[in-house]
Amino acid sequence: MKIMMTGNYASAYGAMAAKAEVVAAYPITPQTSIVEKIATLVSSGEMKCQYVKVESEHSAMAACISASQTGARAYTASSAHGLTLMHELLIWASGARTPVVMSNVNRAMGPPWSVWADQHDTMAQRDTGWMQVYCDSNQEVLDSIIMAYKVGERADIMLPSMIIEDAFILSHTMEPVDYPDPELVEGYLPSFDPRFRLDVDEPYGFGSLVMPNWYMEFRFKINEAMEKTRGAILEAEKEFEETFGRSYGGLMDFYKCEDADAVLVLAGTVASTAKHVADKLRSDGKKVGVARLRCFRPFPYDEVRQLAKMTNIIGVCDRSYTFGHWGPMATEVKGALYGLADVPTVKNYIMGLGGKDLTPEVLEKVFVKTLQLKDTGLDTEIEWIGVTGHGGW
Amino acid sequence: MGGGRLAKFTIPEEEYMNSGHVGCLGCGACHAMRYTLKALGPRTIMSIPACCWAVMPGVFPLKCLEIPLLNTAFETTGASISGIRAALDAKGIEDVTVVGFAGDGGTADIGIQALSGMVERGTDVMYIMYDNEAYMNTGIQRSSSTPIGAWTTTTPVGTTRDWKKMPKKNMIEIMVAHKIPYTASISVGYPEDMIKKLRKAKEIRGPKFIQIYAPCPTGWRMAPELTIEVCREAVACAAYPLYEVENGVYKITRKPKELKPVKDYMAMQGRFRHLPQEELDDIQRKVTQEWEILLKKEEFTQSLVSE
Repeated sequence: MKIMMTGNYASAYGAMAAKAEVVAAYPITPQTSIVEKIATLVSSGEMKCQYVKVESEHSAMAACISASQTGARAYTASSAHGLTLMHELLIWASGARTPVVMSNVNRAMGPPWSVWADQHDTMAQRDTGWMQVYCDSNQEVLDSIIMAYKVGERADIMLPSMIIEDAFILSHTMEPVDYPDPELVEGYLPSFDPRFRLDVDEPYGFGSLVMPNWYMEFRFKINEAMEKTRGAILEAEKEFEETFGRSYGGLMDFYKCEDADAVLVLAGTVASTAKHVADKLRSDGKKVGVARLRCFRPFPYDEVRQLAKMTNIIGVCDRSYTFGHWGPMATEVKGALYGLADVPTVKNYIMGLGGKDLTPEVLEKVFVKTLQLKDTGLDTEIEWIGVTGHGGW
Repeated sequence: MGGGRLAKFTIPEEEYMNSGHVGCLGCGACHAMRYTLKALGPRTIMSIPACCWAVMPGVFPLKCLEIPLLNTAFETTGASISGIRAALDAKGIEDVTVVGFAGDGGTADIGIQALSGMVERGTDVMYIMYDNEAYMNTGIQRSSSTPIGAWTTTTPVGTTRDWKKMPKKNMIEIMVAHKIPYTASISVGYPEDMIKKLRKAKEIRGPKFIQIYAPCPTGWRMAPELTIEVCREAVACAAYPLYEVENGVYKITRKPKELKPVKDYMAMQGRFRHLPQEELDDIQRKVTQEWEILLKKEEFTQSLVSE
């Protein structure tokens, strides 16, 4: 059933389609219409869940973790300052092995205040033990929530996922989205039935103090599970495609990269703009491609190494920055390439921070700059696109 | 069972706390847990934040409590028990008591937001604050529940008379301001009263807040064998009155005929040793005044329901 909906409504419908049993959430711009839509779906009787209207994002995540440990499928949604307020609990969620799913609307961090698209908020959660999926369509937002439970709830994984959409560009823009047949979803995603949960008939303790001889064992197990998510994500997507006829390119979605002279690596909606520009440039005889980084965690090392075999020049477009180093995606891409025999030239672009518009014209300029490296060699490791102010205040 | 003339035991014989806890000698929080579980029974799920009781059940893989136990982050108890309750509701499980068991720091300070949110939402859970009047697990730092005049490692007295200068935060009153259905103070020195109030709370739907006076001999600079005696003295001088508030109506559950001097209670504890006479006099005035206010509240709210 196709419905016109925004990315935020796609998130709410995704939680409903996946039959989340407990939702605990707190409103924040531009995520607000997710919590509003869920309230509407619950009050109309369409969505059956316990909806806890908590007093902060920190409590939202704490409630989701505890609900998950009691054996309920838990969902929340947040953005920027809400997400970063949760930071402690994000680490807790993976440590407690709870497959909570959260939608996050990518928004810039203040100060100065900004409500527009920027990936700083989620990139800063890199080390929390969450899978991160960056979407570039509303359909992908909805479908990825269902797939995230499928992957996260596997007994050998039990880890949380973030499904990420750009502020306004997806969150507030309508597209026709297929709301999947509930019977098909039920067949695809069985109900959550964890082996260990808070149960008076089996009174286990969870999260108690461990001595150093045990702690590292628990951390090792988390990483073991996270390593398994690479295969699990691909398997879940394959089965999803067989059931629903849609797929999104696994961990890294390659577009016209095979014979490309230069490829841009991007995440989120800017990737679809880049694909459009690549088509135009290809019609002008310029061989460019797009590698859409769909998962930042687990990081697609193999896919990046595959990309190195397809092209000699990679431009990594970060919509965030780690002050004092490179953009986070560029850092990881370079890390994945280390040790290869033929390492492509890698240039890092910092662009689109705080919602600075990434139009086809901007993307074309970046493609051309990247192609030029074929003749000039690497001019500079990092370039900030569209910044005019240099030299202090 | 025994004949009708024998005394009736009001404290259950069943134990849900086994030996093996790692608390200090004379630990009041230890009694608090033991009697709480006796009162609430085995169909209880408990969430515990960072506090002494995060450590006391024992180190993994051991656990001395025979109930499902969830460790949660310091400031999250109110939210954690909200999540457990929501999950049980989603599964249609109604006959399980969900309990948050937190110290005074995790309740009155860092966790007060999550607690307030949980109570305001009308969540059907029981929140228990075991009150040892400072951050004892981290080594005796002042909390907002530390009484006026006390020495702690962050109110170290020194040469600048730097003891706790502010009065103890009154969590019961904060809960009353939330229109909570039931709140009560209890003390490990009065186990029958503990059992009675905890059982009453268990039967009430909606949020319940229980504050347990739980002496900490280590932090109060007191001999461990004085734990129960200091409980009795605290009630006798009204430094820690035992009362309950049910739907706004106060009932003082232990009313001394005549209050004993507060200085006798304070003299039992090294944490008040430095206080000069004028400070003791001032504290006495404050305790007496608080007690009189409490008596008036009881009289006034009782008069509203009897009319």
